Amino acid sequence: MSVDVQPWQQVPDGPTPKRDVKREERESSRGAWYPRWYWPSFAAPATIWLLVLFVLPFYVVVSVAFGTVDPIFQSPLPVYEPWYWSYYNARRVLGRIIGSHAYLEPVFARTFVYVIFAGLICLVLGYAVAYYVARYGGKRKTLLLVLLLSPFWVSYLMRMFAWVNLLQTDGYVNKVLSFLHLGSGHVNWLSGKPITVILGLVYGYIPYMILPLYAFLDRIDQRLIEAGRDLGASPAQTFRRVTLPLSRPAILAGCIIVALPMFGDYYTNNLLSGSPHTTMIGNLLDDSIESTGQGPQAAVLVLVLMVILMIPMIYYLRSTARSVGER
Amino acid sequence: MSEIGVAGAPAERATDRPSVASVGRRRGRDPWRRPRALEFVTWGYILWSLLPVGIAVLMSFSGGRSISTWQGFSFRWWWKDSQSLFHDAALHHALFQSLLLSVVTVAIAVPLGVMFAIGLDRYRGRGSGTANFLMLFSFVLPEIIVGIAMFLVITYLLKFVLLGTTAQILGLVTYQISYPVIIVRARLLSIGREYEEAAMDLGASPNQSVRRVLLPMLWPAIFVSAALVFADTIDDFVTVRYLSGAASSEPLSVKIYNAARGSPTPAVNAAASFLLFSSLIVIALGTLLYRRATRGQRSAMSEFAAQM
Repeated sequence: MSVDVQPWQQVPDGPTPKRDVKREERESSRGAWYPRWYWPSFAAPATIWLLVLFVLPFYVVVSVAFGTVDPIFQSPLPVYEPWYWSYYNARRVLGRIIGSHAYLEPVFARTFVYVIFAGLICLVLGYAVAYYVARYGGKRKTLLLVLLLSPFWVSYLMRMFAWVNLLQTDGYVNKVLSFLHLGSGHVNWLSGKPITVILGLVYGYIPYMILPLYAFLDRIDQRLIEAGRDLGASPAQTFRRVTLPLSRPAILAGCIIVALPMFGDYYTNNLLSGSPHTTMIGNLLDDSIESTGQGPQAAVLVLVLMVILMIPMIYYLRSTARSVGER
Repeated sequence: MSEIGVAGAPAERATDRPSVASVGRRRGRDPWRRPRALEFVTWGYILWSLLPVGIAVLMSFSGGRSISTWQGFSFRWWWKDSQSLFHDAALHHALFQSLLLSVVTVAIAVPLGVMFAIGLDRYRGRGSGTANFLMLFSFVLPEIIVGIAMFLVITYLLKFVLLGTTAQILGLVTYQISYPVIIVRARLLSIGREYEEAAMDLGASPNQSVRRVLLPMLWPAIFVSAALVFADTIDDFVTVRYLSGAASSEPLSVKIYNAARGSPTPAVNAAASFLLFSSLIVIALGTLLYRRATRGQRSAMSEFAAQM
């Protein structure tokens, strides 16, 4: 029987008489045997896609924001060279947001108020639900989890439109309220009521709050809670001094996850109110991009919104990257 | 922290428990009772979150023009009426546009995302951090920002791409590409590199090790992300609306959005229900394939919950 070189004995680069130990070590630490370009080439197509269709678009947004406007057609003329940028549009739009002629200022203030209220309701209600399912779900945990996840399978549009059905003046909400003798039963919920918009936002985004809270509460070491109880704390004290402090990162993450899309939301408002009395930043953006001559305003508002959201976004990205690194 | 307490807890509990319970009884309440209030809140929340959608689906089978009052069972708004979902030419056309956009987006975004996830998980050199950051950034930005940026780049810089189906697909892929990346990377982290290295030890080439060892282990995650991208795309109306250009390239979701702001008929409910059913079917299919591929290693639900 001849002694062939078995596949596992082959050195991929062919037999090398002199071993380059340093190089072998370096390569094995990088994931041995693969050519240097091998793994980067997997990431290349999507990276190029993102550079052309994600980074470049933002450069165009900046160029439109700091560009000029065609005097006749009122269409934006983007300026791609930073040294020719005009800050006229930016100054004009910022003057509408802050300052003595700031007629857009109420819109920004309103957006913050709505997002804070809606976020708080999401947090309190979401925490209660997540806590119950994580700690007391028991045998029904899988069922409860499926029910909590099911709103994700229903489109946001459908979920809002469902409320358009229910909140009509002759709809079932008014019918139930008048049956219970609460109110007149003729409330026009869809005519610009802040409460409708805030509850709409809560309804739309609360699943995104519950999921990270649940995932976190479910992982809390049960022994810590038992220890708290064994050392004489009441259930309320254990919750306040053990569970709640432990879940602070999840609370922060959940709040950011629901707040980011709420800041860009215009459809909830348009479907459930449509009144200028409940306009949010998202509506400003949507209205400016839809109407001619407002292109630069839309671009400036995009930049303003990104500046507002920068800190929560970076916090969230960093904490996500860290948790991926830990695993 | 209280390490002693933690270590001693299980042993102490057995003896402590009756005494704590008796203390509780003296105060007139059982500390081990189930929290009725929380239970009530949870089931109330679940009812609140699902009942409106159920009613909206039922309403699509109503016989009258009203979207707020039930007027007898009928298929009028599905196919009997001339303005019904399957008879109204515009709705009919929009339905095919929806399916077209979703299928093409899945076909582009999922392979791109899976490759990106593999590349980024195995390569940690120059540029990988930036690429990763870009990907996550596209995930957390509000959709309206991505939509407006795409609209501006296509109207002013990449003018050779016309607004319409092509532009919509470019926008959708950009917005959706991060889903497969996140899901597949989570799976890759749990697999590790050992299998490919073993395959290479046994003589496989780099391509063989990826195609015949790594890819089969990734199929479950790929199915799940394809289902998610499909369901999310078919419902999308923010990016797609800005990039549609003309009414003829508006998918069903945009038609629903426009109609819901006017004076909707139950045909809108039927259209929304149709989208709901089609994404449910695709998700069920994805879950089924997932189950089959993992053969019950972990439930799809817990995997999904862990990744959100």
